[in-house]
Amino acid sequence: MSEFFTALFQYQFLQTALLAGLLASVGCGVMGPYVVVKRIAFLAGGIAHSVLGGMGVALYFGADPLIGALVAAVLAALLIGWVRLHWRTSEDTLIGALWAIGMAIGILFISRIPGYQADLVSYLFGNILLVPERELWFMAGLDALLLAIVALWHRQILAVVFDEEQARLRGLPVTFFYLLLLVLIALTVVLLIHVVGLILVLALLTLPAAIAGQYVHSIPRMMVIATLLSGLLSTLGLAMSYAPNLPPGPAIVLLAALAYLISSLLSRRRRWP
Amino acid sequence: MNPVIRMEQVNFSYGEEPVLEAVDLSIFEREFLGIVGPNAGGKSTLLKLILGLLEPDSGRIEVLGTTPKAARHQLGYVAQHPGFARDFPITVQQVVELGLVGRRPGRSPLATLLPMRVTPDDRARVQQALEEVEATGLAHRQIGSLSGGQLQRVLLARALVANPRILLLDEPTANVDQRAESEIFDLLKQLNERMTILVVSHDIAFVSSYVTRVACINRTLVCHPTADIDAELIHELYGDKVRMVAHQHHT
Repeated sequence: MSEFFTALFQYQFLQTALLAGLLASVGCGVMGPYVVVKRIAFLAGGIAHSVLGGMGVALYFGADPLIGALVAAVLAALLIGWVRLHWRTSEDTLIGALWAIGMAIGILFISRIPGYQADLVSYLFGNILLVPERELWFMAGLDALLLAIVALWHRQILAVVFDEEQARLRGLPVTFFYLLLLVLIALTVVLLIHVVGLILVLALLTLPAAIAGQYVHSIPRMMVIATLLSGLLSTLGLAMSYAPNLPPGPAIVLLAALAYLISSLLSRRRRWP
Repeated sequence: MNPVIRMEQVNFSYGEEPVLEAVDLSIFEREFLGIVGPNAGGKSTLLKLILGLLEPDSGRIEVLGTTPKAARHQLGYVAQHPGFARDFPITVQQVVELGLVGRRPGRSPLATLLPMRVTPDDRARVQQALEEVEATGLAHRQIGSLSGGQLQRVLLARALVANPRILLLDEPTANVDQRAESEIFDLLKQLNERMTILVVSHDIAFVSSYVTRVACINRTLVCHPTADIDAELIHELYGDKVRMVAHQHHT
């Protein structure tokens, strides 16, 4: 691991990668607790996988794939959210369909572009080492937007996340705030694409927040701990994968899973000594 | 005197299955109405129609002189099954504070889109609501650590904190012991001095000792003064033999 820290001072791409990991940690640390306590990980997974469709279409037409990802994520969030609120019974089917359709569209469009197959793997599994420097600004901008919205509207979002029926009875526009929450989750998914890829997004969105939930009992505190934990896990994952030349995304996810396993065992022991 | 809730010829069905038929009901200010009837008789549906959570197939519902949706921020509601997970990371104080998030009388509905902060006035109201239900000591407890009776008190405080004109409760004592049940109904009796109360219960003998009128509902609705409740009436309503239990009527 010391090799990584020596290289960190020498190579700018590693500094960019570290910064990208830390910026993604802010997004998943802030949004992860909402996903965990509202139990909408499957829904977040549907949004994440539908993103590939947007990226494929954008690449095919020569546009920035990140813009394609952003548009697809937001559209998927709005569609899933609307169906969830209005046709409760078919929610699971729609998420499953969007999950597969998004992937299928993405793979089809990307397959029509010569020489892009390598990029497909990096979108699916992420490659934090290939984050262009200009995208750090994009990530920082998304973080700032997430933090500002959550800081200003946490009470309304909390009311909807905690008890939708009571929020509706209090005259709160539940549809608006629920869709806002899903759009924020969609933005977080886009933030995490380069770090862990579409397939592994769920791990960073849920595991640090779930670990935090084992030790603290308020959503703002969960956000702080999940952010710090995500930052630590992405830095460690990057460092541990550097010397053996392993892909950092899966290394970060496996570290998060290991941390969750250990934490769950420890918290069980605390509860039942 | 105008009723605070007026239902005229209300019909409601879930798909093909009729749940309520030709329901007429007028409830007046400061009434304490018990709604009783067998399972699947339409008790909870009646409350949800009044709250505007369900729309009737036909008929008219007026609450506080307007539609249920327009009036519902002036109603307090304690649901039969809380709409949250018991392990949600939130304290009692925060749960009651959420009862204040939403539309406030005299303000535009658009104000609910503006950022909201917990003000010192909000904290004072939460404290007052918790005092009223005798749950001040629970303020910093996690919601998941409460007993059934304590949770009902907290949910009652959440319903009261916005100072509703009408309080609706759906089986508020279904998961509590007998002592807690009496304590909750004693509390409701006190609250009835300043607000109209509708309470759904399966326990006709118990509620009839507290309420001013009983609405018996089994698809259709019949109202009775509490003194008229007898074995024959209960047999008609539930379709089975029941044992009468002697009890005192509160005045």
